[in-house]
Amino acid sequence: MSMEAAVEMRGITKSFGTVMANDHIDITLRKGEILALLGENGSGKTTLVNILSGIYYPDEGRVFIDGRETVISSPTDAYAAGIGMIHQHFKLVDVFTAAENIVLGYNEAGRKFNLKETSERIRSIAARYGFEIDPDKKIYDMSVSEKQTVEIIKALYRGARILILDEPTAVLTPQETDKLFDIMRNMKNDGRSIIIITHKLAEVMEISDRVALLRGGKCVDVLETSMTDSVQLASLMVGRSVSLEINRPAVVGPQDRLVLSGLTYIDRDGVKRLDDVSFTARSGEILGIAGVAGSGQKELLDAVAGLIPLDSGSVTYLPHSGGTIKLNGLDPRQIRKLGISISFVPEDRLGMGLVGDMGMTDNMMLRTFDEGKGFFVRRNEPRKLADKIKDELDVATPGINFPVRRLSGGNVQKVLVGREIAASPAVLMLAYAVRGLDINTSHVIYDLLTQQKMKGTAVIYVGEDLDVLMSLCDRIVVLVGGQVSGVVDARTTSKEEIGLLMTSYEKRGDLGSERQ
Amino acid sequence: MTDLIQLMHSAIIFGTVIMLGAVGEIITEKAGHLNLGVPGIMYIGGISGLVASFFYENSVAEPSGVISVILSLTATIIGSGLAGLLYGFLTVTLRTNQNVTGLTLTIMGGGIANFFGGMLSKYAGGVGKISTDAASSAYRAYFTPLTGNSTSNPLYAIFGYGWMTYVAIALAVAAHLILKRTRVGLGLRAVGENPATADAAGINVSKYKYVAIIIGSVISGLGGLYYTMDYVYGTWIIDGNIEALGWLAVALVIFTTWKPIGAIWGAYLFGVLYWSYLYIPGLTRQSQEIFKMLPYVVTLGVLIVVSLRKKKENLPPDHLGLPYFREER
Repeated sequence: MSMEAAVEMRGITKSFGTVMANDHIDITLRKGEILALLGENGSGKTTLVNILSGIYYPDEGRVFIDGRETVISSPTDAYAAGIGMIHQHFKLVDVFTAAENIVLGYNEAGRKFNLKETSERIRSIAARYGFEIDPDKKIYDMSVSEKQTVEIIKALYRGARILILDEPTAVLTPQETDKLFDIMRNMKNDGRSIIIITHKLAEVMEISDRVALLRGGKCVDVLETSMTDSVQLASLMVGRSVSLEINRPAVVGPQDRLVLSGLTYIDRDGVKRLDDVSFTARSGEILGIAGVAGSGQKELLDAVAGLIPLDSGSVTYLPHSGGTIKLNGLDPRQIRKLGISISFVPEDRLGMGLVGDMGMTDNMMLRTFDEGKGFFVRRNEPRKLADKIKDELDVATPGINFPVRRLSGGNVQKVLVGREIAASPAVLMLAYAVRGLDINTSHVIYDLLTQQKMKGTAVIYVGEDLDVLMSLCDRIVVLVGGQVSGVVDARTTSKEEIGLLMTSYEKRGDLGSERQ
Repeated sequence: MTDLIQLMHSAIIFGTVIMLGAVGEIITEKAGHLNLGVPGIMYIGGISGLVASFFYENSVAEPSGVISVILSLTATIIGSGLAGLLYGFLTVTLRTNQNVTGLTLTIMGGGIANFFGGMLSKYAGGVGKISTDAASSAYRAYFTPLTGNSTSNPLYAIFGYGWMTYVAIALAVAAHLILKRTRVGLGLRAVGENPATADAAGINVSKYKYVAIIIGSVISGLGGLYYTMDYVYGTWIIDGNIEALGWLAVALVIFTTWKPIGAIWGAYLFGVLYWSYLYIPGLTRQSQEIFKMLPYVVTLGVLIVVSLRKKKENLPPDHLGLPYFREER
């Protein structure tokens, strides 16, 4: 690493309406270093790198590449300046091959359009940095990690000397993350400079040389990674000291509440999404579900909630009062008619969970509108509930009839979780409940779940951050390719153990199994 | 044998009209724009060319076929290009609903074309009196040394057409090659599949859309010109037939699963199906109409088969019909 600057951003300011997303940010990326951009959601990280990659144009401020002032007003300008951005949401065309995606929009002077030659060049780049890639494979046949590889090679193919990775590890297994970090080190040793955006502290400590902290659109500090630690970084990120600990009381008197046995679901494309899934959720316990994205988590919750038909297997509900009730084959309405309260906080909050254009009151009513006898709906009860949730969970909204679509992600989630908990569920299922939420709101949600657990609810929590799963849950079920590869005790397990279970599936050729 | 040659001949002329319409629409749809204005654009293309030829041929004593062809071709390209520009401005720049805009364009195109068609009739001295002989003959001229002089010569079924019939095939092949083999084609397909990705890759999404829509409209408009010059021999009939053929062109796009090469044989197949009733004995005027429905039935069948096979390559462009907004916060 040299002290020479690859990129220097001075006084970058960008506002959207009245929101200052970037407020006079000064940041330097040195040649051959890995700089981590750390900050909560909404702190301006993505805006900053979008300015560097030509997606936004700053209101104020100047950018210097290799010491020369450069105007970047489009993605093409960014590529020309040697900047390659790997977006969090991959920018790939599904029906194209890797090679087609890589050359898309790239006009090299004096070079003919020749996909064969492109494939050769892709292979040589892959060999140089240790990627594994098949240039002729279609994107829709690829795993998430393969798609990410395509994105990175796309940048390298265009001669990017400065790479920006936006939350690259969010979708990877621990093993894939290790591999990505090895590749990043190879690229760094090759003289390339890298900016990595993340909010996982452990990764900042592992991979970065320096770390820049953003908060509320400002750059609050830049530190040498070797001179700091996670606790300091977390408090700088949030702006005051925070506890990263999650309170986890012991399980009191667990009872079997929901018994899944042999759940199998084949989707319309003929892919087995769930394959003989069996486990038991107990009352008074938080059961975590871990796995690479797309390992069957969504289908599992949908199946329990009665949203998709099972091909075989059974879901049995064991009420507190004794007896057994079979739930498979019933739809959500029939399940509710039986007096069984299963609450579900889906991944797609504004799609499946809430109606975005309606206010809190009307959204509360979605669960109860068919309860009354009369022709007209009753709004009193839902209004009271909306008020209660607003106060207790501290939802920041101008009013309970304000469209929930226009609330921030954290507030939307509070409304949804609040409504689901208000039904005093016997089983509470959540999918990626803290995705996109800041540390504080995440901890509010964790506390709510723990409260529910202490009330005797069987909580099923699908998560993506292993650190959180390991400190919040009591037991963790690991899914791979629609199968359960293991159930571990969250108190005694290790990240390595879960990581191995997440990849330990070898039988079939699809669904995240193409890893060692 | 004569029947077969006759059937082939009428099927290919019929097919060429919808092939041009469909190839234009495939290019438009590849850019992610479902242009249901195809019938209207074909109307406008047809009437523009006819008006140009008519006034030229009525203003000189000895009209030259070549000049009349050039004038009508230019008028058609300008007319349908402007219609495409209008559709593009509404759906790309103003981001109006594509279905509504397209249907409006179809109704408007029919209105404009029949208004001018009616005016021409009046000018020419009555319904059916419009004649653009020089142009129509030049469009329909074929190379007799190849076909012989008899229309029952089998070669007549292959070579007995006006030059635009072969231009249509060439356009379909060219569209296929451009979409498949060139950088521009790759970019265009990306715009229709995933405009945000294309945008991030440095492709000017709006420019691609405009160019594709206008070129597509011009090609569709040529279908209208072919109809007036080759199909009805250079006159104007207010019978809604162009609109019917326009919808068939839209159906053909689906039938081909968005592949220009498929539009060649698909169009001819539709032509055979459409005209087959003439060669089936014992049909009344009413029962004939059942046969004219066949192309649509076949299209429905293809839709069902494609939906069962679920091959991603056979599906419409992913962003077809959706407006593109650059991601803002």
